[in-house]
Amino acid sequence: MKTRVIHWFKFSSPQNFYFLAGKMWPWFAALATVLVLVGLWISFFVAPVDAQQGQGYRIIFVHVPASQMSMFIYLVMAGWAGFGLAFNTRLSGMMASALAPTGALFAFLSLVTGALWGKPMWGAWWVWDARLTSELILLFLYLGFLALQASIDDPRRADKACAILALVGAVNVPIIYFSVKWWNTLHQGASVSLKGSSMASTMLTGMLIMVFAFWMYTIAIALVRVRTIILDRERHTEWVKHAVA
Amino acid sequence: MSSAIKTVGLGHVLMAVLKREISLGMRQKGEVLTPLVFFVVIASLFPLGVGPESALLLRMAPGVLWVSALLAAMLSLQRMFASDYADGSLEQMALSSTPLALLVLAKALAHFLLAGLPLVLMAPVLGLQFGLDTRALGILMLSLLLGTPTLSLIGSIGAALTLGVRGAGVLLSLLILPLYIPVLIFGAGAVEADAAGLGIGGHLSLMSALLVLSLFFSPLATAAALRISLE
Repeated sequence: MKTRVIHWFKFSSPQNFYFLAGKMWPWFAALATVLVLVGLWISFFVAPVDAQQGQGYRIIFVHVPASQMSMFIYLVMAGWAGFGLAFNTRLSGMMASALAPTGALFAFLSLVTGALWGKPMWGAWWVWDARLTSELILLFLYLGFLALQASIDDPRRADKACAILALVGAVNVPIIYFSVKWWNTLHQGASVSLKGSSMASTMLTGMLIMVFAFWMYTIAIALVRVRTIILDRERHTEWVKHAVA
Repeated sequence: MSSAIKTVGLGHVLMAVLKREISLGMRQKGEVLTPLVFFVVIASLFPLGVGPESALLLRMAPGVLWVSALLAAMLSLQRMFASDYADGSLEQMALSSTPLALLVLAKALAHFLLAGLPLVLMAPVLGLQFGLDTRALGILMLSLLLGTPTLSLIGSIGAALTLGVRGAGVLLSLLILPLYIPVLIFGAGAVEADAAGLGIGGHLSLMSALLVLSLFFSPLATAAALRISLE
């Protein structure tokens, strides 16, 4: 029997990745849709009412996955950026710039849902607590990345400059994570930990499903976005003319 | 075998660049004085904005002075590489056998001496206007002395990234100010912690840690960014 060898590096070429991403993104989008529906159903109808926080706590089913994703996407972005700088691959920079708007969106979403949760629970839309503030800083970092990208015309130079910025900014992400320990503040400590959770198991299930749903959404949307970026940058090539025609 | 070319020690190069930057800076006194005046003006705007109540001003003083210093130090960042970029000497530096990171370090140090140090020396005068006592003034100066070199070093990354980019000034502030936040927190926090009767050792240690980290990493990042800008 002949063993089939997959040449993974084949997909570091934008042309090949364009078609691979085209095959992949509908699956991730479908998974995201199913998971969001299941996750929202659990969070609204199955998960019990919280003893202290009443119905208001249900926003955490969006808030927690959104803030997790906002931090994680920055690390992935920095990872792509570092990869691009080290190996000088064109696709890496495109992936980083495809992820940035989604990361910024999640950071914004996390701040908005946090404010909506904070009003009934803390009695204030906004408090200057460590985690809120560091999420806001993360949003600024994303906006800086997007602004730098937008102001450099040459896409290769923009990718490289943004890569350095992303790597420098990534130093900030651990500070965000550990800020809870560094500053003693209003924000409650993490409810989910490895030792065991202080949440009811249906709440945890709902939240985990939502986390996976957001993952799938991020992958799907990043693939769609990277496809448009590839088309835009390779618009002078023959294969794009064939692909678009 | 004796080498024909006399090798110049890295320390010599560092000093030479430092001297060059400082003499260039001193020839254009406006560039050194403007950020300083800016610092005074910004700090004086706050009492006008919030009212002359002395208890409130005393409470706000460390934060206000630190934010003003931050903005003033940022004002002159753009010039760190701009003129060398314009006349081509930056390309010569990038081509020289001395590591670019070292030259960048010298430039960042020069920026601290020309832009940061005057702020440190000016801060107590402004602190008096806000009613800080001698002890608080001393701690404010100490925290600024530890913090402003970090600002110059982190700022050099932003200056290098935005070199020759349109709208560089505003972009630079968007890129750099979020990265300045830890310095601001610990810098202003040191003065506040002392006023509250807590020790300032932790704050100063963290600021020193930030300084050491940026001393090591930011010249490397800046040099990489410069090479991209020079491509």
